[in-house]
Amino acid sequence: MSAPQTAAKAPAKTIISFENITKRYGKVVAVDNVSLTIEEGEFFSLLGPSGCGKTTLLRMLAGFETPTEGRILIDGQDVSEIPPNKRPVNMVFQSYAVFPHMTVAQNVAYGLKVDGIGAKECAERVEEALALVKLEGYGPRKPDQLSGGQRQRVALARALVKRPRVLLLDEPLSALDAKLREQMRSELTQLQDKVGITFIMVTHDQDEALAMACRCAVMNRGLLQQVATPSDLYEFPNSRFVADFIGQVNLFEGQLVVDEPDHAVIDSAEVGVPIYLDHGVTGATGSTVWAAIRPEKIEIYKRIDGAEMIKMEDAPQGHNVVAGTITHLAYLGSETVFDVTLMTGHSVKVVRSNLTRWDQEDFSWDEPVWLSWHACSPAMLTA
Amino acid sequence: MRKRQKRAAPGPLEYLRRWPLQAWLVMVSVFLYAPLLTLMAFSFNDSKRNIVWKGFTLNYYEQVLHDQSLLTAFGNSLTIAAICTLVSVILGAMTALLLWRFRFSGKTVLDGAMALPIVVPEICMGVAMLVFFAKVMPWPSGLPWPLNLGAIIISHISFSFPFVAVVVRARMASFNRELEEAAKDLGAGEWMTIRDVIIPHMQPSLIAGALLAFTLSLDDFVITFFTSGPDTVTFPVKVYSMVRFSVTPEVNAASTLLIVLTVILTALALRFQGTDAVAGGHAPDPKA
Amino acid sequence: MEQSWRKAKSVFALVLGPPLFWLVLFFLIPLAIVWVYSFGTNIGLTQIAFTGTFSNYTRAIEPLYVGIFVKSVGVAALTTGLCIVLGFPVALAITFAPDKLKAWLILLIMLPFWTNLLIRTYALIAVLRDEGYVNMTYHWLWTHAGGLMTFAGLKPLGDFVPLELLHNNFAVVFGLVYVHLPFMVLPLYSALDRLDRSLLEASLDLGAGHARTMLQIVAPLALPGIASGILITFIPALGAYLTPDLLGGPDSQMIANIIERQFKRANDWPFGAALSFLLMYMTFIAIALQAVLAKRNAGAKA
Repeated sequence: MSAPQTAAKAPAKTIISFENITKRYGKVVAVDNVSLTIEEGEFFSLLGPSGCGKTTLLRMLAGFETPTEGRILIDGQDVSEIPPNKRPVNMVFQSYAVFPHMTVAQNVAYGLKVDGIGAKECAERVEEALALVKLEGYGPRKPDQLSGGQRQRVALARALVKRPRVLLLDEPLSALDAKLREQMRSELTQLQDKVGITFIMVTHDQDEALAMACRCAVMNRGLLQQVATPSDLYEFPNSRFVADFIGQVNLFEGQLVVDEPDHAVIDSAEVGVPIYLDHGVTGATGSTVWAAIRPEKIEIYKRIDGAEMIKMEDAPQGHNVVAGTITHLAYLGSETVFDVTLMTGHSVKVVRSNLTRWDQEDFSWDEPVWLSWHACSPAMLTA
Repeated sequence: MRKRQKRAAPGPLEYLRRWPLQAWLVMVSVFLYAPLLTLMAFSFNDSKRNIVWKGFTLNYYEQVLHDQSLLTAFGNSLTIAAICTLVSVILGAMTALLLWRFRFSGKTVLDGAMALPIVVPEICMGVAMLVFFAKVMPWPSGLPWPLNLGAIIISHISFSFPFVAVVVRARMASFNRELEEAAKDLGAGEWMTIRDVIIPHMQPSLIAGALLAFTLSLDDFVITFFTSGPDTVTFPVKVYSMVRFSVTPEVNAASTLLIVLTVILTALALRFQGTDAVAGGHAPDPKA
Repeated sequence: MEQSWRKAKSVFALVLGPPLFWLVLFFLIPLAIVWVYSFGTNIGLTQIAFTGTFSNYTRAIEPLYVGIFVKSVGVAALTTGLCIVLGFPVALAITFAPDKLKAWLILLIMLPFWTNLLIRTYALIAVLRDEGYVNMTYHWLWTHAGGLMTFAGLKPLGDFVPLELLHNNFAVVFGLVYVHLPFMVLPLYSALDRLDRSLLEASLDLGAGHARTMLQIVAPLALPGIASGILITFIPALGAYLTPDLLGGPDSQMIANIIERQFKRANDWPFGAALSFLLMYMTFIAIALQAVLAKRNAGAKA
């Protein structure tokens, strides 16, 4: 059930691999048996709610934490014994960690000085790195004369100037205001494209991950939930957690009653009508499963008394069309969000784009409606 | 109230603008400052009896500047304070780094032991030093200056460096660990990280700690009283012997000089640290 | 966020070594020797035999010395109480002062604190002695009042007798308050400063007066600060040497003066050592009490 769209590039070479990594703090398991490979040149994102272990994973890669079990390979080499200052990875810290007592140029030059690179080459590379992050001429300034966004650029330049194999970014945009964050998203992806270095970014913001990364790993409570491209995560989540964490979703609990190679049917007491899927699924007949339907994939029609139930060509009669009443609606400009209560009492979220200027006035509170969705829209989840 | 028409009535929490509190503040200020200010004023009084104002004179300052024993004592005090400050800052910074940075067994015990010199009454520490230098490690007499001050210097460092440690440790609490990680991430080793990132962060507290150690050393009478000998007299010990004898304008003049020095040091602390240096930043000081 | 010492052994060894060496050799060992002496006996002029005797401690509980201990505690407690009364309004004024003025007010309180203790005590002598400024003013008033009374046809006042302000218990308490007031103001101020102002406003809003707000809202919330202020004032006041020595009379000696006498004039080191440790134990008890109170307070809040 995959629909590869972006991953089709040149044959990728693995640069990082986590092998059965577990990290415990006393009895607390921060990272639980995670195995993961990251390919060269990728913009990879570790996504999850706070406390899910994503930052711990990143810090283990940087060398600030040691795995309790398992090993980490960089370019095929086990780095367990290598201290952070000897690893070919560099990090952009959440607080940027720009040294407050050094100028911008001294900050960027620090890593080069440590490596014993000569003054001339050092100066050239610092200039180059500052130009890369569009901070030409800022060299002599002190960090307290910079804005938050500029400090972040210094942190980026400081890490990139060392030409690391992998650049690690710990919640890089969380400290910026909303407008700047938007702008930095595209700047960061462009920068990654330009330098060609593998980026690994930790974030709790799903929009950020979807917008920037080639591939994302979703984590929850120390466990790796799913590794996929952004569109696969959204359209083909493998668990209720992923479906719910990425975007909004309606989850209907039910029993798998028909399981054929080309179609399946879920009987859900919450919906009141059988849910028909036009693809085969993997699951035992009779087991409890969940149907996940994104709000924007549900269509909403007025239900006029006496009028016939609307028909959809790919929805078999009596399937995927359900009656309800609007209990709440929120007009958000580009779209309207409806809360529709079904006859069963279950509430469904529906998002409808406002395609014309007068569209939104068609529906009102307490209005009876039909809801329908295509047979390909629901995803069946077993966990 | 008549003249204050222009200003609004004090807000409910503007206690400072209420007259009973203002009167109280004035009273406390007079209580704190009147003795010191009269002491300073009468150092310029041209009267040996030191009671009624007879006219301005600098005679007593001249006497002070020609009083060889007082000058020696003052020189001793400054030397002791300077060496004590230097060593205390180094030891205090080490202690702070140790307790802030490392996890090790026995840390709680060490932490408590380091607080002991701060809380143990001065008199107890004084007699401990007296016994130590009398019985265990007799400080050889007749050493050339400033080695003859060794016993006093050692005692002063013992009670000063834990204070410095407290000040430095308080400062380290505001350290952003990511700075250290950034340095390591960029390739710096343990020593380089300390030199390039941690010590620069410590710097203001090192200055504050130095000023504190200097003042504590200069101020100390009791512990010095128990460790000084006839040829190692410090300024407070000398003043003590003079005061016991009588109140003289000469003592007033010498005191005024030290008060001025204190004010200068305080001003320096303010310049470097803001009010925190004078007000907060250091733990209870039971020395008195 | 601390790291294990094993990760940076050389740094750990360097920062542990010198302070530990210094603390043990030049602080703990001297104290330990005093402790050992407190169980010893004087033999001859300079020899002390370690006999394991408790006689020094039994001597310390003779009424004479118990009286001095009780008196010291009383004087220290009185000093602390007066410091609270004097210092609380000052701390309150600083807390609610505008920021700029606040810094200057703190400086006003702290400047005497940074001034040499001996000089401050000496300044008090100059003020309080028979020929001091207080008595001078009193004398002036006396003579002028006398003149006035003669003028009014009354019997003139008798000969002027200066007030005895020095070398008595009054002078000791006065001196201790003078010296320790800044110790009290600072913790009070920092406790009050942390207080949420809206709590005071809420109290006033609900109809309580200022006095009631202070007693029922501010005081309970500032209790940890008050407790640490009490500790910071009480401990040094209890062990004060210089103030009773210079300002006190023959009957106002405190523990520290007795200890000093054992080591210097009376030359009875074992007894002095025992007294020293008794004073230290009292200090520790005071600290422990405060810690227990603070813990209980924190527990009640949680």
